[in-house]
Amino acid sequence: MADSETLTAKSLVTDQDIRWCPGCGDYSILKQVQTVLPGLGIPREKIVMISGIGCSSRFPYYMNTYGMHSIHGRAPAIVTGLKATRPDLSIWLITGDGDGLSIGGNHFIHLLRRNVDCNMLLFNNQIYGLTKGQYSPTSELGKVAKSTPLGSIDHPFNPGALALGADASFVARSMDRDPKHLQQMLIRAAGHVGTSFLEIYQNCNIFNDGAFEALTEKSSKGANTLFLEHGQPLVYGMNSELGIRLDGFTPRSFVLDLEGSLEDCWVHDERDMVKAMILSRMFDDPGVPGSLPRPFGVLYAMERPVYEVMMEAQLAQAQAKRGIADSMEALDALIAGSETWTTA
Amino acid sequence: MPDQETTNRASTSPAGDFVVREEVVIKFAGDSGDGMQLTGGQFTNTAALVGNDLATFPDFPAEIRAPVGTLAGVSGFQINFASRPVFTPGDSCDVLVAMNAAALKANLSGLVPGGELVLNSDGFDAKNLRLAGYASNPLEDGSLEGFTLHVMDVTKMTRETLQDYTLSTKEKDRSKNMFVLGFLYWMYDRPMQSSLDFLAAKFKKDPAIYEANAAVLRAGYHYGDTTETFATRYKVEPAKMPPGRYRSITGNEATGMGLVAASVRSGLPLFLGSYPITPASEILHYLAARKSFGIKTFQAEDEIAAICSAIGAAFGGSLGITTTSGPGMALKTEAMGLAVMLELPLVICDIQRAGPSTGLPTKTEQSDLLQAVYGRNGECPLVVMAAHSPSDAFETVYEACRIAVEHMTPVIFLSDGYIANGAEPWQFPQAADLPAIHPVFATAADADPERGFLPYRRDERLVRKWAVPGIAGLEHRIGGLEKQNETGNISYDPMNHELMVHLREAKIERIADFIPELRIDQGPEEGDLLLLGWGSTFGTCSAAVRDLNAAGYGVAHAHLRHIRPFPRNLESLMSRFKHVLVPEINNGQLVRILRDHFPRTFVPFNRIQGIPLRKSELMQAAVDVLRGVDAAGQTGLHSSASNAGGTPH
Ligand code: SF4
Repeated sequence: MADSETLTAKSLVTDQDIRWCPGCGDYSILKQVQTVLPGLGIPREKIVMISGIGCSSRFPYYMNTYGMHSIHGRAPAIVTGLKATRPDLSIWLITGDGDGLSIGGNHFIHLLRRNVDCNMLLFNNQIYGLTKGQYSPTSELGKVAKSTPLGSIDHPFNPGALALGADASFVARSMDRDPKHLQQMLIRAAGHVGTSFLEIYQNCNIFNDGAFEALTEKSSKGANTLFLEHGQPLVYGMNSELGIRLDGFTPRSFVLDLEGSLEDCWVHDERDMVKAMILSRMFDDPGVPGSLPRPFGVLYAMERPVYEVMMEAQLAQAQAKRGIADSMEALDALIAGSETWTTA
Repeated sequence: MPDQETTNRASTSPAGDFVVREEVVIKFAGDSGDGMQLTGGQFTNTAALVGNDLATFPDFPAEIRAPVGTLAGVSGFQINFASRPVFTPGDSCDVLVAMNAAALKANLSGLVPGGELVLNSDGFDAKNLRLAGYASNPLEDGSLEGFTLHVMDVTKMTRETLQDYTLSTKEKDRSKNMFVLGFLYWMYDRPMQSSLDFLAAKFKKDPAIYEANAAVLRAGYHYGDTTETFATRYKVEPAKMPPGRYRSITGNEATGMGLVAASVRSGLPLFLGSYPITPASEILHYLAARKSFGIKTFQAEDEIAAICSAIGAAFGGSLGITTTSGPGMALKTEAMGLAVMLELPLVICDIQRAGPSTGLPTKTEQSDLLQAVYGRNGECPLVVMAAHSPSDAFETVYEACRIAVEHMTPVIFLSDGYIANGAEPWQFPQAADLPAIHPVFATAADADPERGFLPYRRDERLVRKWAVPGIAGLEHRIGGLEKQNETGNISYDPMNHELMVHLREAKIERIADFIPELRIDQGPEEGDLLLLGWGSTFGTCSAAVRDLNAAGYGVAHAHLRHIRPFPRNLESLMSRFKHVLVPEINNGQLVRILRDHFPRTFVPFNRIQGIPLRKSELMQAAVDVLRGVDAAGQTGLHSSASNAGGTPH
């Protein structure tokens, strides 16, 4: 493990046995991260994986980089302290829907508003896996789970909308079952300076199998999903036969060449916050007649000042103003203060 | 029993126009909007510059602007200044300054018989009297007979002084407190320059306001000169303190400063993660204004984020600090456990206040000790230390940082509201005289050629190396799950878990080999009674033991800075005394920990009133214990203590 090593997907694998259930969507996410990282040109020793608690949060143990498996919900706070003091590191925050949006919901929104430069991967499986099957803050209304035998009465969070509401500078969505797209999104998240929020739909085949089936299976994916690309018209459908246009602030689906043309389509602009909000609100239950497709891709990406950079700038300013270069001398001046007296 | 220091203070002698006093206690009291904290603070600075020894006790309501004129809204500041060593702000005061009827009512019982009252007559109108619950005006009904009264209409005279100033009445009234300060400067023959300089700096951007305050300060001084021709003026000579350079310091300032010093002397950048909470916020403010030292402060979204950010910073190689008070400590508990598991350096500053729950946010208490020592899930040992006075907070928090860094462990530093806000003169150290702090970082050479890097390999002190991200070859994963010895990999092995629990415990206990032994602070090296204190009771214990010894009682005093681990010699030191009295501002916490460790008896002495211990009560308790020792021998405290009062030293 010398400095000059070339990182490969294989060399990112640790000797630890992976403890996820066979068939879990987490495996695909791990694989895509290990595939993408070597291409980013970041030395291994500069990469840090920080997680909270939950199935997804075991992630750092399986990545041969620096890592910390912390406590439930608090990874964003740990990341903030680490990045504020070590802007040189590439920090990946691994969390889940319970960890990030329930117990860590407060830290989630504050990380986003501060815009600490890191990549937050939220594995959304709409269930508590590690504690064996309770409903989560993203579980749908009526969800029957161990703690909700008669169905959940909690209105679920819409993570993308929540992130935009917290003024996230990068919001994207992908899924475990689409490795190519997931890789693209990981690369985009890594490239964005600021907090990159990437929600990844992840199948928990033990406690919530098929939660995203309508969005991920070949037979229905085309009809229910909309893959966004900056500057491109919003087109979807099994044969790309459908378009989305904006009727005021309301998105409407229409049949291309029958009810309108490509020119009528809404053209995606990932720097448009208002439109990103509308996209994030396209959150219909897939499969229900008349429902709009679920958008995947970069909903919003607009760089704005980064927390740790502003912090460094304030320090530099204060240090330039101090006038005493030697820190011991400055410390003596600090300890003495402005009013002293001497006794003989 | 009569108050010791009162009796001592009575030994006066005329010196020119002045009566010389050895020790004086003044209490400033008014509405929380009357600026009494600032007035007291200014009087304190000047007393320090004059060379008096001193101790202060600010006492204010939790509400920023409690209803004007009510008892709930009274804010007070007590200062004890003297030409001899001072240990406490005083059980009672010689001078009470009351800006209104409520301030008088709330504090009169603390004024010594025959004491001096400085009263603002404008604060005794019908409305003020009603709000304070006075049926008749104490200025007129004779109820203040026996005190020396200085009644003045401060509001009116302030306005008159400023009649030529183009300020609103409201702005003019804001400098009322300066009139009172000027009057007291006259009464105690103090120079005004330091306060004038302070005002000039404070109102640098507003020269008109500075001029007004300065004018009112001078007017108060001259008022004394012209109208109180028959009043007595006093002199309190400088105290004989060890030669050297001094400054005045509060506990929170000293804590902030000690942290900066630890950062400089360790070469580690300091990161503070903090959430505002009374009475700890000033440390956040202090450090936020010290960015030129490379200090990063982060006002987190909550207490948990505050400590977790500090853990993140510590993982990255910074000196991670978090500051809080009791309710925040409770919230940080789980993260402290993580820091124990990660074995990273971290200093948690708990500026205790009265609890439980929100409790009495502005009142002092020592009631987080059990929480600090025991209050985490699992077997979760860490280091616990306590400061004993405002200036001692510097040294103690510095030492807390040294232990955290050199022993790779979280350390809880305990202070409290009384230390935090209290001030005292401090013979401050030079940066170069502070012991250097040596972090032990892992380097690429620490990677084992066969097994790779072992993050939990330990040295003979059981300390692991600090391996920060960024070094090729040291990549490793740490976390809150139990880890295999040396490798740090997740391990559910039963024997390994037991081993790790013992290792973490032994690591903390071994720190006892690297801290000083406990010594007797005052009194005989062996005997009938030892007062064993910790934290902010130091001043009261010192004054009580001084006076007990002067009265012929051989009582010793030792004060613990290190509570976990205890100093090595604690048991043998205690064994030299028949009785150990443990005074605390709580319901008996150190005494429980002592009982947990040592098979001997301890006598608890507890007060839980949100205020510092009273010396008189503590002396009584000590004598009660001694009486139990030799019931026939002692004649009782009352007569003995009066004797003691006659022997100032
Ligand atoms: S419980 Fe679900 S999320 Fe957790 S590892 Fe198993 S399949 Fe994956």
